[in-house]
This record gives sequence, C-alpha cells and structure tokens, in this order.
Amino acid sequence: MSMPGLANMSDPSPLLVVEDLKVHFPIKAGTLVQRQVASVKAVDGVSFLLNRGETLGLVGESGCGKSTTGLAVLRMLDITAGRVVFDGEDITRHDRAAMRPIRKRMQMVYQDPYGSLNPRMKVVDLIAEPMIVHDLLPNRAARADRARELLALVGLRPDMADRYIHEFSGGQRQRIGVARALSMEPDLLICDEPVSALDVSIQAQIVNLFQDLQQSLGLTYIFVAHDLAVVRHISDRIAVMYLGRIAEIADRETLYRRPLHPYTQALLAAVPIPDPEIEATRPQIAVAGEVPSALNPPPGCRFHTRCPLAVARCRTEEPALRDVGAGQMVSCHLV
Amino acid sequence: MAKLLEVSGLTTSFRTERGPVMAVDSVSFDVDAGETLAIVGESGSGKSVSALSLMRLIPNPPGEIVAGSVMFEGQDLLKITEAEMRAVRGDRIAMIFQEPMTSLNPSLTVGMQVGEPVMLHRGASWKAALERAGELLARVRIPDARSRVDAYPHQFSGGMRQRAMIAMALACQPKLIIADEPTTALDVTVQSQILSLLKELTRETGAALILITHDLGVVARYADRVSVMYAGRVVETGTARDIYKRPQHPYTQGLMACVPRLDQVLGRRLVPIDGQPPDLTRLPPGCAFAPRCGWVTERCLQERPSLDPVGNGHLKACFVDVDARVGEHV
Repeated sequence: MSMPGLANMSDPSPLLVVEDLKVHFPIKAGTLVQRQVASVKAVDGVSFLLNRGETLGLVGESGCGKSTTGLAVLRMLDITAGRVVFDGEDITRHDRAAMRPIRKRMQMVYQDPYGSLNPRMKVVDLIAEPMIVHDLLPNRAARADRARELLALVGLRPDMADRYIHEFSGGQRQRIGVARALSMEPDLLICDEPVSALDVSIQAQIVNLFQDLQQSLGLTYIFVAHDLAVVRHISDRIAVMYLGRIAEIADRETLYRRPLHPYTQALLAAVPIPDPEIEATRPQIAVAGEVPSALNPPPGCRFHTRCPLAVARCRTEEPALRDVGAGQMVSCHLV
Repeated sequence: MAKLLEVSGLTTSFRTERGPVMAVDSVSFDVDAGETLAIVGESGSGKSVSALSLMRLIPNPPGEIVAGSVMFEGQDLLKITEAEMRAVRGDRIAMIFQEPMTSLNPSLTVGMQVGEPVMLHRGASWKAALERAGELLARVRIPDARSRVDAYPHQFSGGMRQRAMIAMALACQPKLIIADEPTTALDVTVQSQILSLLKELTRETGAALILITHDLGVVARYADRVSVMYAGRVVETGTARDIYKRPQHPYTQGLMACVPRLDQVLGRRLVPIDGQPPDLTRLPPGCAFAPRCGWVTERCLQERPSLDPVGNGHLKACFVDVDARVGEHV
C-alpha cells in the first residue's frame, strides 16, 4: 500500500491553510418572492494552519462553528469569504469538477456511522463504493481485495466483508466508516465527533485506532469534538471556538496548563476529573448563562455576555486573535 | 434504621424476538436521605431500566418486573396498587429525564406543567399552582421567572428546559429525586450549572438523589456513593472515594483506565477494554464480563458471582482477588 502522507512528511509547507474563513447561511422570508432578511454567521473569520502529520482539535459548545468549519474545508458548503488552501492549491472557489481530484485526498469520518452507511449494502461494497466513484480500481475483484485489506487495517476480520452494517456494534461500525474513508488513501481526515456516540470502553479502542493509523499512514487530522479530555489526548494543537470565531489556539500542553482566554478557562473548569479527591479541592469557575444565538451574536467580544471579567471595551470592540508567544494565540482584550 | 430506599433483587425481563432478556437481573442498591447515589454503566447495562422499574414505569408488554422488592419509606412499591403508585410519583419520588424537550408537552405553557404536580397531589387551584410554578422557576434561577410562567417550552433554551424539569421535580418537595442522564444533551458549561444546581437544591431540601450517568467525571464531582452496572447487574458498590481509589472489579478498573482525563500525563496510550459490549440475549452462563476480562478463571465461566462485601461497605461481584493477583501479571 502506498503511503501518500508519509512521503510528504518531510515537506515543511502546511497541508492546509485557512484564512479568515466565513460561512454565512442566509435566512429567507416571503411567501411568493423570497428575499434574504438575515444571516446566520456560523463561521465568521476563522484562520489556522495545519501541518502535515499533525492533529488539530476543534472544540467548543454547540453552535460554535466547529463542524461547519470542517465541512467548509471539504468544500461541502459554500464559502462566503476568506480562503482555503489545500497543499498549495487555493480551493475556495473550485467547482465540483475541480474539487474531484482534491476530494479523494480529504475524507470525512462522521459521528454516527450507522446513519452515514447504507444498510442495504454489504460491507465490502460500502468500502469499495468510493473507489468506483473515483475510478480508483477498475476491477471488481481487486476492489474487494482492497476492501478486505482495509478491514484488516482498521482491526476487523477480512471475512466480515460480506456482512451488513446492522450486524456490527457501534465501535465496529465506526471502524467500517474509517475503512471507507481510507479507501481513497487520503492525506487529511476530518473527523466530526467520531467517538461521541460510543460507550467509554469502546471510545478508547477507536481513539487508539486513529493514533495507530496516523503513525502508520502519516495522516493529518482535524478532530472536531466537544469532549475536551479526548481532544487533549489526541491533538497536537487545539483551537477553542465560540460563536463562529476562534477564542484561543495553542499546542495542547500550553492550552491546558496556561489557558488565557476566560472562555477556555471556564470550559476546562467545567469538565470534571474522574477522581473525587481532586474534584473536592478543585476551584469551581462558574460561567453564567448559555451560548447566545448565532443569528444575532453579541457586538464586541462575542463572549462578553457570559464573561466574568468583561469591561466596557469588550462590549463594543471585537478583539483580534493575537500571538502571545510560543504559538499561543488569544482573542481577548485583557490578555 | 431503615434507609429511605432499599431496592433488593430487582429483576426486569423484556420479551424480544430473540427470546426473553433480563435487562435488570437481581439488582440491589439503597440510598438514604441527603445522599447522592450514582448508578454508572454503559448503554444496555440496565441503569435506566432499574430506575424505570422502581418507578413502575416499565411498559407491559413487552417488559415485566419479575422479582424483587422496592422498600420506600417502609412500603414495598411493587406491592401497592397502580392508583397508590400514581400518588407516589411526582410527589414523594420525582424523576428528571435526559431529553427535556421530549418530556415537556410542547403545547402547554411551562407554568402549567411545573404547577401540575401541586394541583394533582396537593389539590391546589390552577391559580395557586401557577403562582407556585413562578416561585419554583425562580428557585431554579430562571431569570425573570414570574413572566416566564406563560412561555412555551420551545421558547426556552436547552438549559432552561432542564431547569424547568428540575422545578417540576421539586414541586411537591420529594424525598427522592431520580435524574436519568440529566445533562447528557447539554453543553459542558451548562452541564456543570445544572448539576451544581441540582446538588445544591437536594442539599437544601434533604432529598436523596439517584444520578444515572455514564460519565465517570460527573460521578467523581457529585456522588457520595456509586453502583457500577454491567449487563443488567450491579458489579460493584461503594463510596465514591473508595471506588475511585481502590476499584475491585476488573470492569470498574477497566473503565477507570480507559477514560482520558484532563490531568493525565500526555503521550500515554489509552488502555481500552478489549472486546465488544455484551449481547443481553446471549449472555454467557458465568460472569457476563468474563469474555472481556484479563483475570478470567475457570470458575468465572461456569458460575455467576454474587455481590459480596469486601469491607467498608464496599461490595463486588467477582471471584478473583484482584489485589492479590496483581503481582503475578506485572
């Protein structure tokens, strides 16, 4: 099996560059003549770099734009403004035909493999289907062989290829979802909450699988999740998102040891540590309220309505994402 | 003195196409006033069915409570009539579910739903019930509570709906509150708000709380005692400190080891529990965890271990003295 990722590992240029990405969804009204009355700013000015072989974690609460960012990078959504550059090629305005060769190289792994895999197809055909779509292996027998190889690669028995998806447990289904994504030999996997629906004892198996595959195939990951402990475990760098923007981005060690944005601090404090003795002594930082609507985000810093430290300036002026050293970037006036 | 609630030998079976399934099999636990008991387990472990069984909310058919007793304030809830049970539910025992949107009626105002138990159980008038609803919504810190009495559930955010559910549960000052994954559908910052509120309110009223969850972090932060369930059975029970410090059952040990923690050393590989979750229609004759257990012996494959004391009120259902055998493996 060829390893496209590994071959590129020595290449110092980033695999993915996202610059000031904006994805706005129009809200339309009117019975006969529809006109746009507002827009949901799901992603509103997000920038990051992704190096080859690296894992970037995207975390945040519902509506922060983490999933939309992933879909926009894949160009499964239209980009309102900004730039997405994949391996040196600007794909922001690519049409379907122009995206075809690129799409092979970036694949998606979904939260619910049961919802994303056709229950009437055998596993062998599910894994082979993308190869047909992209004319990868023209011969049916060769595709089936490759599908069995991929099953073994994700820790399933090759003889399971003739079964249907309902015969598998949740963790096994996620392995099949990964095998299908890998059939394209991609460079980049965008994993959207890939372990959130799994039981804890199975989560660890799948997290280890992702790490093993990254090692052996040189894959680059965007790992979208709300579980901060899982994200910390698997990511090299982490971007904390809030209402369509990045609040803070840093390598995982810095982010957890020295979180600078009040939202990052609140988010980390809200996650309990499975040890009653540690919990008994941990300071509780309560952040009030809930995430406001992305339809009408607060002016100024979007977090100011819930921020315990907010000052007058936060209510009017939007903070920019600034480098504070050691690769840590924060968008907060008070830092 | 008898505890507030003592469940013993509770067994609930469901008829399925593939034969009867014991979703809850000889389950025993107890909880006392002012105490928080967490029931922890993965999907299919029987934690929710245990709670529904003790509330007698199992649909029959296909489900049936086939054995056991539920002693609550000196009365066996499994022996009283349905009408008597209706008088207990929502009054002395209240339940909070995971999905506030599906447990709230979308076509009734929040105030009517929060006030309903007061009317049903206390014979209050609508006017008085709505008044009380306003007080209760203020108590769970819904801003501008009095005016929100007339709002409909869809006008509430997820966190506010769960606050309304808590208000409803508190309406008749219950002795016991059962919360089944009350924050699983909520964002992390809201989750800690809701659980802290629930904990604070039970502390104030002296009510007992049974917290059903799969989240070991939530258990560590909020529970006094823990019962761990696997494949319909309780495999280990003890104080939270004991269970986390010295887990005795190999399944509990496995759970503790496989969960990534915010404070763990970076770069260490997770240690998963091997194998697949149990299929309740095809459980092995011996211990249900045996196929995934690293300490399995011949006896584990033949015989089901009972839940026996290991000292300090700590109980486990396992034949293997794990502490004594740790030396052999290392």
